[in-house]
Amino acid sequence: MDEQSVKRKQSLITQTSAMKQDEAINDKSRREFLKTAALATAITAACGSLACSCSSKKEVIGKKVQLLSPDGEIVEIDSAYLNHHETMSVLAQHEQRIGIPGKKFVMVVDLARCKNARKCVSACQKHHYRPDDKEWLTVKLMQDSDKGAPYWFPKQCFHCDNPPCVKVCPVDATFKRQDGIVLIDNDRCIGCKFCMAACPYSTRVFNWDEPDMPVDIQHLEYNAETGVPAKVGTVEKCDFCPDRSREGLLPPCVEACPNGVFYFGDENEDTVTNGDETLSFTQLIKDRAGYRFLEELGTKPRVYYLPPKDRQFPVERGYDNLPDTLKARFKDVMEGVGKKS
Amino acid sequence: MELNTYQQEAFNYQRPNIETFGKKNIFWSVFFLLWIIVGGYALYLQIAKGHIVTGMRDNVVWGLFIVNFIFFIGLSYAGAIIGGVLHLLKVPWGKPIVRLAQMMTLISVIVGPIFILLCVGRFDRLHHLFIYPRIQSPMTWDVMAVVTFFAGAVLFLYMALIKDFAVYRDAKMNIPAWKQKLYKILAIGYRGAASQKRHLLISQNLLAIIMIPLSIIVASILSWIFGMTLRPGWHSTIFGPYFVLGALYSGLGVLIVAMWVYRKMYKLGDYFTDTHFTYLGYGLLVLSAGYGYFTFSEYFTDWFGSAKWDNEVINKLFSMKAYGGWTLFANAAGILLPILIVAIPGTRKPGYISLAAFVMVIALWVKRYLIIVPTLETPALPMQDTRMEFVKYSATWPEWALTFAGIATFLLFFTIMSKFVTVVPVTGLEEYNFPHTPHHHAHEPVAEIKEELQKA
Repeated sequence: MDEQSVKRKQSLITQTSAMKQDEAINDKSRREFLKTAALATAITAACGSLACSCSSKKEVIGKKVQLLSPDGEIVEIDSAYLNHHETMSVLAQHEQRIGIPGKKFVMVVDLARCKNARKCVSACQKHHYRPDDKEWLTVKLMQDSDKGAPYWFPKQCFHCDNPPCVKVCPVDATFKRQDGIVLIDNDRCIGCKFCMAACPYSTRVFNWDEPDMPVDIQHLEYNAETGVPAKVGTVEKCDFCPDRSREGLLPPCVEACPNGVFYFGDENEDTVTNGDETLSFTQLIKDRAGYRFLEELGTKPRVYYLPPKDRQFPVERGYDNLPDTLKARFKDVMEGVGKKS
Repeated sequence: MELNTYQQEAFNYQRPNIETFGKKNIFWSVFFLLWIIVGGYALYLQIAKGHIVTGMRDNVVWGLFIVNFIFFIGLSYAGAIIGGVLHLLKVPWGKPIVRLAQMMTLISVIVGPIFILLCVGRFDRLHHLFIYPRIQSPMTWDVMAVVTFFAGAVLFLYMALIKDFAVYRDAKMNIPAWKQKLYKILAIGYRGAASQKRHLLISQNLLAIIMIPLSIIVASILSWIFGMTLRPGWHSTIFGPYFVLGALYSGLGVLIVAMWVYRKMYKLGDYFTDTHFTYLGYGLLVLSAGYGYFTFSEYFTDWFGSAKWDNEVINKLFSMKAYGGWTLFANAAGILLPILIVAIPGTRKPGYISLAAFVMVIALWVKRYLIIVPTLETPALPMQDTRMEFVKYSATWPEWALTFAGIATFLLFFTIMSKFVTVVPVTGLEEYNFPHTPHHHAHEPVAEIKEELQKA
């Protein structure tokens, strides 16, 4: 990684966190800030006690932590009783709906680099506490025409600027934020599934039964920015991980990819990074003939694809080592290849 | 309430239907109730275990429930249009069947929405539709439309019943006190005074004028739940009129079947005459031709244009390996059969017409299934899922149980309602409606038409 790109990435990160602080100071009154803080501690404490009741084996270290109770009193508890969650940032609901000011998140997926390593899929599932069969991010094996060569096609929510899902939601449970992200409020969703029918990209998944979640996560207050906890009878999908952006980090899928397939960034800054290199978004799209999937539908996705030209891996690299259950998914396309060649 | 001799006769004839429940009706009611109980158990499972007990999954997010919703709510819209037109045009032969059409309107607008609720993952949050409504969603339009329509349907039926309620109240029937009291309340003091008559007529006219366009609007809105999405087979400008016509067509079919059932059950052959079946049969013929035209237009345009995504759905519909058999049935039984039965003079008889109507109604239900499921099974991206239930929809027993429970509820409502009101409205009847009585000339219009037909 060259020096310049490191600097750029760092600036991206510091800007994000600076933004976060600005927001806390400017946009909110002190009173509100305290309220949020109290809520945060209350929940952390609740987590702590819950974790404590479940796993009583925890050793008391003796290191005390001071917390603000909901009644405004300062309480001191042992730090062993705290449960640490990186993703559990607590935001007021209206803030979850507004988004991160000044941002316009965008993603570029380089199809020439994907070999279906599936690290993105598992990182996403881990980050959102989703089971293996719930894929917010899926990798499809695409073949555009009979003679065309198949290629791996990672697909998450496109966070469209003209989102068909948001248009049809009867209760404003799914919404478009000013930072370009489309999220779902699972406390409001009535589960009519109209958004799922309307989404042309089959992005959304439904909780057909009681979701399998770790016990201490299950009872947290719902956060639209993490999609945690999952709730039965409601719709969920890829959220572009704004909780990570608030901390100046990249989404787990981007970080996990061993080949740097995903570039994530801010269209306003005209910067995208895959963790290794940071590039100008417009230049990248220009140079590599970036396109949006099914542009003709007019949904204006915020995810761009770079065509699978000069591919780094033969398509079989993503197939041969897969377990049989996964192989079965792509069998038709792979065998079709065999026949034609 | 003063009745003329015809009305009095019609009332006396139907009076026992209100006074006693009848063994047959008890049997059927119990039978329907059993189905409803089975459906209730299925509903319990669905609530307790989640929608996992249905065949619906992430690709096919809607299944039998929404098919039933379209089906029943369609009947409702049809009833309102038929009832409204017959009322406004003062069609003399239509008087005995208006009540049936209005009953169908109300009952199916009760049963239909139950099915859309079954599609909803969170029953407990239905109030969100009213506290967080979002006006740009076709679902919100539909909620408003159905609620408005429901109110209209209740009033439309009730207005037409007030005079009859007054008759039941004054008749000193052999009925329990609570029933007598109910009639008294429902008749809201109607005595047949000139001003009462005038007000009632104006209200009924206004309601009929409102209900006809309202039915067209709400049927279109229903279609837009599908038409407004970007999916092949749904995203079509013809969808509004297509659904309106489909609703009217299947509703007319159910009306004919209902007429036939009541004619047999309560021996109402003098009121639901062969002429009624013939006339409504002509209506069926015209509507089936129209529906066939729309269907052809829809399929032909998609097939000829042969855009990739559209064509995938068309191929599924016409491939014998996929939905070909059902498409054949839906169109042969749903469009050709009624045309043939009504067009051939030999089969233009109540029995045949009713049978054709019955088969057509089933075919139109299948047609709704073919509108919903194949499209949902055809996403833009390859599904590439090894879980077969995610790839291909197949309804589970709770879905079927709830479907039959819905049909049973529909029929149970009809059974019970026919014990509270006369199926043939008493007060609207005139001399014309009594072709069986020898002392008038009611045969003439029919005879005239027959003569004309023979000449032609």
